[in-house]
Amino acid sequence: MNTHNITHPEAATEFLKNKERVQWHDETLWFVRHKRDKIVNEIPEWEQLRELASQIKDHTLSRLDEYLQEFEAAAISNGVTVHWASDAAEHNRIVHNILAKHGAQKIVKSKSMLTEECHLNEYLETQGIEVVDTDLGERIVQLNKEMPSHIVLPAIHIKKEEVGEIFHQHLGTEKGASDPLYLALAAREHLRQKFLAADIAITGVNFAVAETGAIVVCTNEGNADLGAHLAKVHIACMGIEKLIPRTEHLSVFLRLLARNATGQNITAYSSHFRKPAEGSEMHIVIVDNGRTTQLGREAFRNSLKCIRCGACLNTCPVYRRSGGHSYHNATAGPIGAILAPNLDMRKNADLPFASTLCGSCTDVCPVKIDIHNQLYQWRQVLTQEGYVPAAKTASMKVMAGVLSSPARYSFAGKWARKFLRWFPGLAMNKKLNPWARQRELPEPPKESFREWYKKNSREL
Amino acid sequence: MSYELRAKYKTQILSVSREKILAAAKQNKPALVPLPEVTAFTFAANDLLAAFTAAINKAGGAVMLLNGIQKLAQQIQEVYPDAKRIANLIDGDTAANKELLNEVALLDVVVLKGQLGVAENGAVWLTDKDCVERVLPFITQHLILLIEKQTLVGNMHQAYAVMGKQNPDYGVFIAGPSKTADIEQSLVIGAHGPRSLQVFIVEQL
Amino acid sequence: MRVALFIPCYVDQFYPKVAIATLKLLQHLGLPVEYPMQQTCCGQPMANGGFEHLTGSCNSNFIKAFTGYDYIVSPSGSCVLHVKDHLHDHKQEDAATAVRSRVYELCEFLTDVVKVDSIKASFPRKVALHQGCHGQRGLRLASSSEVVASPFSKPVQLLKMVAGLELVDLDRPDECCGFGGTFCVTEEAVSSAMGLSRIDDYTKHAATVVTGTDVSCLMHQEGLIKRKKLPLEVMHISEVLVSGL
Repeated sequence: MNTHNITHPEAATEFLKNKERVQWHDETLWFVRHKRDKIVNEIPEWEQLRELASQIKDHTLSRLDEYLQEFEAAAISNGVTVHWASDAAEHNRIVHNILAKHGAQKIVKSKSMLTEECHLNEYLETQGIEVVDTDLGERIVQLNKEMPSHIVLPAIHIKKEEVGEIFHQHLGTEKGASDPLYLALAAREHLRQKFLAADIAITGVNFAVAETGAIVVCTNEGNADLGAHLAKVHIACMGIEKLIPRTEHLSVFLRLLARNATGQNITAYSSHFRKPAEGSEMHIVIVDNGRTTQLGREAFRNSLKCIRCGACLNTCPVYRRSGGHSYHNATAGPIGAILAPNLDMRKNADLPFASTLCGSCTDVCPVKIDIHNQLYQWRQVLTQEGYVPAAKTASMKVMAGVLSSPARYSFAGKWARKFLRWFPGLAMNKKLNPWARQRELPEPPKESFREWYKKNSREL
Repeated sequence: MSYELRAKYKTQILSVSREKILAAAKQNKPALVPLPEVTAFTFAANDLLAAFTAAINKAGGAVMLLNGIQKLAQQIQEVYPDAKRIANLIDGDTAANKELLNEVALLDVVVLKGQLGVAENGAVWLTDKDCVERVLPFITQHLILLIEKQTLVGNMHQAYAVMGKQNPDYGVFIAGPSKTADIEQSLVIGAHGPRSLQVFIVEQL
Repeated sequence: MRVALFIPCYVDQFYPKVAIATLKLLQHLGLPVEYPMQQTCCGQPMANGGFEHLTGSCNSNFIKAFTGYDYIVSPSGSCVLHVKDHLHDHKQEDAATAVRSRVYELCEFLTDVVKVDSIKASFPRKVALHQGCHGQRGLRLASSSEVVASPFSKPVQLLKMVAGLELVDLDRPDECCGFGGTFCVTEEAVSSAMGLSRIDDYTKHAATVVTGTDVSCLMHQEGLIKRKKLPLEVMHISEVLVSGL
């Protein structure tokens, strides 16, 4: 489960060993991207919606402290208990306190990337409390003792035969059964029992409306609602960036979210929770965990606009071929790679380099986060802060010296052509040279263009 | 430490984080960016009913036009011939419904009235009052939503404009049966909630 | 009008034929082209590797080499994008700004500035086009499949002028090939896997030639193609556009 010691390239190399699976992973996620393309092209004002969403979020961030207070006041007057957590540990303690106060033993949880980020399940386990994840994909990875590998499709790295084996062990399904319908129905029966017995339901939050204090949760399975309506206590956990100013803004975001995420018009359920039902309790835990720091980093603050649609993962050619776990962070893919260094630069210094900067993530983003530019900017910050290998710094310094002087450049070029040791890492020995593992080196020409030009320019 | 003191201490801890977060947000936020007006995007298709039906079908639900609700019970039975425990919360028998709602987990069919339908995505809006009990549209094996044709709107902007400041304690857009594609992206209808969604559309109630 | 040829360092050293084709093409169109000998590297390899702070002397050398020209034209979308986005010099920011505003990738220079409407070239082959991501999404040489807008492509516009050339449709018209600068060695496994998927797409559609707007992408793909001994020829778009001239 803990893969922090393994860097992205190492984990990706491992993932790529199973060619069939990689191809399936790539093609399946590409298919989701394709479905997304089809449905967004049905909306003529799509680009205007992206721009609106981006501006609404930009505005919200520029008044974040005010909207947080407006939201809190509205929520309190709705009879909701509001809690504030500076970091993951405090978030986990707050949730635990609520559970403890009610003596709750049976907890169901619908999808929340925030609780993954805070490692809530692990924390509660250490307190002797078991949480049942109710999103089917999350339940699969939970039973398999893994982290989700995708924001929206948590079990996308697992094949149905493996799900069959996991369910056989934990839910008693037939050995060898792998029909998705059969397995999903088995999970339905299993989880319905959990819903009906639950003391407390934990959910995430997709949007929090400042003017009304309402939170909106979107699911296809209906698991957030089953949990929240059947249990006596509903705890909703949200990052401070989930806010939007007014109810009418939901129209913009709900038109974007599911279309961009999975190629659906809208999720099956978009639930607006404002007040607890009679006789029930509702808590909202508002979490910072590094977000206000990110807000202060000008180059990176607009990553807080993210609505967790997962489209940048689906479109990313690196993510599709390296798998979510190679990012060793709750949120994988390009968005994960710009959020993770804010939480821990040392641990996540490899992630901004796990990209070709192709820019597809930026173009697919429904709230116009300039993801690939931020990857570039993180590279600069990580380098300046000393989180890249010393050997790389040394070779880059040599390279900069050579490439900035015409004389040194011409001299080095001749030798480079002779030995093809142009780029750092291009050693002579094919085994040691990562370029040459699967690629031939270019044929060295007998003269450079500048040499040719010197000889021929007069005749041109 | 006495209970009161402890409680006080806890509150203080909580408020410390609150103050810290708000101060940091204030300190680190950028200069004010103006809030844009949400453009009044119109819905291009003229035939709202056709668009709504197509959207519901795409989401795995079905739509049926009714002339009125005089024969509602019969029509429910026709759609779900095997259903036994049917909570018809539109014109069903109150006493029978009360009894049925005592065991929500056993419900085969729940019939509710929705406030409006959205043509662009097939979503039907219900508030907690429309749901009778919040859990009903989720716990039932099959869900029937009845809406009036005249409540159809084009898109979500129009939907929120109609709902206006309604501001219910709870409200939900339902657009199709419960579903999942979490096993190899194979679509399975009936994840935790209803295995099917039938929308009845009447000209006027 | 003074036109300067900006030849990326690795093209100068390893692919002089691409620089020669670019020069020939521009001269064929009657443009007065010069190659400033002062030029070396735009600094992109360092900058994308996280060492933008080491590119100061590359930048001042670049400004020195190219100041005074009306247009700076290069057969590389990636290097042009780097210059446009990151060329700065606090000692001579005005000069840097002038250079940034005058630098063009070859295709956009031909379609937008020269406004070429015919090319005499002839190339009767089945061609797959790889539009380098930095050119496509960075310089907007072509619409990208993520964005809802009417599709366009400056490289395609030019290739359509070539007699006999048949452009094949690809399953994924704008998927990255996996080169990515130092990424190609630091993430060798992913980089190669991406390149191989790209190549599968070309062969699946029976292309015999792959062309593109960036030699770096092509160098990476050519390396994979050669190792696999596939019957696919790799040519920069300038080489295609001068075929038969």
